[in-house]
Amino acid sequence: MQLSLGLPWLPWHLRLDALAGLFLMIIGLGTLAISLYAPAYIEEYRHGPQPLAVLQIFTGLFIAGMELVVLADDAFAFMVAWELMSLASYFLVTYQHQHAANRRAGFLYLVMAHISGLAILLGFGVLAAFGGAFTFAAMRAADPGLIWSSVAFALALAGFGMKAGLVPLHAWLPEAHPVAPSHISALMSGVMLKVAVYGFIRVVFDLLPAPHWGWGVALLVVGSVSALFGILYALLQTDLKRLLAYSSAENIGIIFIGLGLAVIFIGTGHTALGILGLVAALYHCLNHSLFKGLLFLGAGAVIQHTHEHDLERMGGLLKPMPWTGLLFLIGILAISALPPLNGFASEWLIFQTALQAPVLQNGVMRAVIPLAAAMLALTGAVAAACFVKVYGIAFLGQPRTRHARHPHDASTGMKLAMGLQALACVLLGVFAAPTVALLERIPAVLLDARLPSATQLGWLWLTPIAPEVASYSAPLVVLGVLAAVGTWAFIRFWLRPRGKVGALRRGPAWDCGFGPLSPRMQYTAESFSQPFRRVFRPAWQIREELVKSPLESPPFWEIRYQSQLGDITWNWLYQPLARTIQRAAQQVGRLQTGHLRHYLGYSFVTVLVLLWLIS
Amino acid sequence: MVDILIDWLVALLQTLAFVVLAPLFASLVKRVKCRLQNRRPPPWLQPYRDLRKLFGKQVLLAETASPLFRLAPYIVFAVTVMAASVVPLFAVDLPTAATADAIVLVGFFAFSRVFLALAGMDVGTAFGGMGASREMLVGALAEPALLMVIFTLAMVASSTNLSTVVTALLHQGVILRPSLLFALLALLLVAIAETGRIPVDNPATHLELTMIHEAMVLEYTARQLALIEWAAQLKLTLYAVLIANTFFPWGIAEDIAPLSLLRGMAAVVLKLALLGMLLAIAETVVAKMRLFRVPGFLALALVLALLGMLSYNVLEVT
Repeated sequence: MQLSLGLPWLPWHLRLDALAGLFLMIIGLGTLAISLYAPAYIEEYRHGPQPLAVLQIFTGLFIAGMELVVLADDAFAFMVAWELMSLASYFLVTYQHQHAANRRAGFLYLVMAHISGLAILLGFGVLAAFGGAFTFAAMRAADPGLIWSSVAFALALAGFGMKAGLVPLHAWLPEAHPVAPSHISALMSGVMLKVAVYGFIRVVFDLLPAPHWGWGVALLVVGSVSALFGILYALLQTDLKRLLAYSSAENIGIIFIGLGLAVIFIGTGHTALGILGLVAALYHCLNHSLFKGLLFLGAGAVIQHTHEHDLERMGGLLKPMPWTGLLFLIGILAISALPPLNGFASEWLIFQTALQAPVLQNGVMRAVIPLAAAMLALTGAVAAACFVKVYGIAFLGQPRTRHARHPHDASTGMKLAMGLQALACVLLGVFAAPTVALLERIPAVLLDARLPSATQLGWLWLTPIAPEVASYSAPLVVLGVLAAVGTWAFIRFWLRPRGKVGALRRGPAWDCGFGPLSPRMQYTAESFSQPFRRVFRPAWQIREELVKSPLESPPFWEIRYQSQLGDITWNWLYQPLARTIQRAAQQVGRLQTGHLRHYLGYSFVTVLVLLWLIS
Repeated sequence: MVDILIDWLVALLQTLAFVVLAPLFASLVKRVKCRLQNRRPPPWLQPYRDLRKLFGKQVLLAETASPLFRLAPYIVFAVTVMAASVVPLFAVDLPTAATADAIVLVGFFAFSRVFLALAGMDVGTAFGGMGASREMLVGALAEPALLMVIFTLAMVASSTNLSTVVTALLHQGVILRPSLLFALLALLLVAIAETGRIPVDNPATHLELTMIHEAMVLEYTARQLALIEWAAQLKLTLYAVLIANTFFPWGIAEDIAPLSLLRGMAAVVLKLALLGMLLAIAETVVAKMRLFRVPGFLALALVLALLGMLSYNVLEVT
């Protein structure tokens, strides 16, 4: 569809295909949830220094920007929409700009969003140069050759990867997500990162000619590193929203592992397996948008009612906030990839794709793919530990501070929003086969090929490669668990005469006979992750400080322990880069002498050079 | 139609056998260990008596416990039973093995572990948190190793369905593949860690410095404790059967004729008895490790599993 917008000689085009449809649905689900959630949530900002209208207008622009990105059918409209999305979200991140930390986070986000925009623009530039026009149709028809398509691929990976939060380009993510209002974090993490993934899929699987398998290896490496790094960093965080932000980097990594498998298999001629990888990646996109949205909304409810961001200051929230607690639990089960929830279904599909590595001819790749699968397995297991920590520290145990003692539960709209997403998590997990059948239409449009057998046994059975190779039936699993519980209940309440055992009695928890337990004796988030800290030590940059100072009476010491967790990529990538840029800027700065005669000289030389060029 | 019904019936019977016989296997290990350590062993049926006693007692609940704490034992038990329904005990070609393949089996283990850890943290004592933290650490390293063992098996048999894997290995005969050897070693290490046996954890200890599993479930009493103990015994048996039937699949029934079923049962009992004695011997001669040695132990399992997977992909693919 051509719009009468844009420039006279460069109209905008819109198109809705299956791929755009899926991502529109992701945007729509996210928007629906936050539109139920936000009215109650933004009450908190009503008496703040900023007008609410700012928040509302930019939220609207942000959502419109994302939808336009997905619908755009030419590079011009895409980039305009992309910038609209980036800028609107910048203003949302810095909504509470009275805090210096928020301004700093917002600036970092803005800088990185623009570098990513530049890389994407250059990538489209390469494609447009060969296609001769800015429309996607022209780009699709052109064949830039292997070298130039690899350049375009690299630019797209850098640009979209930065926006999606791939490690090591993720630096803005853990800064920007915690400072934005929670429903905006949910939108940014749940939806905007997916829009970046959409852009990447559009370029690599649609606009570029048939992908080369080497790109897949690059994606696999980047994805695995991102997944493992993201979850290891998430594990050590104590700020709830920062932790969720790092876990977004992990999930984007998982999506890119799926995309990498897809590229490798398509690039080596195993299209059916490639499609499976692509479907798994798309499935995980959808899943992540739901459970991460749910977790951010839950975190928002907790923060609104306790005014605490730090896990160490929460505790026992399940009792005063039963609904939020229950829905959050579904979220952590889904994100920890436990059956029968949705996170498991998509990771299962990625594993199944990876297990087909022996069909490949190249020995190196047969070895690389299992390594990526191993990284994914480790990531999943650490993710479970990470989210057990989150839930155990925040919602279970006893309240650690006064604020955590008597919060109210979330209001109806907020509960409804979270309930919707939790329900979607359960349904997408249990009805995996119908979901895959729907998702499969996307590669059918993009690559003109279908999965041979994913749902051939009907809606109960998910059989990605063939029924005898692997099958999974989440509905029957649920049925089985229900049957086991039912049998138990039958034995317990039917066959056993009641009253013989006696009602349950409550007493104090076991305190080893040393007197009453206090909430300060509980395990903290820091102590929960301490063993992990010892095991995976090299992954982090931890500054620890132990100060011992004697008190008045000699045998007693005051001991203070401090530890600070830094992101290792700052040391290895960002700071050297910043220093280099600074140095280069200083060299260039020498030109700026401040004397008028020098500037006149520059102009004169410039005119001379231009004249020489023309003549 | 009747065939399908009988198939499901056999599968159900198998699951039931698992649930009923799990305490017996635990009893066997305990008895052999007692003999080896010159102690007088408890009677064969002692675990059943313990369970019956616990089921008959009044539940004493910590004041700070939330509903999740009360729910967790049922979830853990139900999920472990589901896991049992997937593993072939005396017959292959189960319809239940198709509903959940080996990767889902690992997911079941993870699910029950997550709930146990959450329950451990629920009461808000230092013990519970400590147990949960350690259990999640052990799980975080053991689970990927287990998955890689399963990947190796799945690639060798080109299926992740456990029944199919067992059948495939049965028909390939005794070929000494390096990949399977590595996988077996890794699985042995993982099984020891995941079921909380010496040298990783000691099921008989109540010394806080060394507890993992026991620290998590310290607050449980009566029927809730019984369910958790039973689930733990079931898990031990599951791992034993997994080792016995995938790497040494001989004797397992390939059809559901009564005679071959009987043979399958006899075979699996024999294999389990051998494996149980081996475990008891290992637990007698090896000392418990310090907690921070455990990651090294599990890293070995990870590397072995990875080597198994790589040696299949590099050396054995034709």
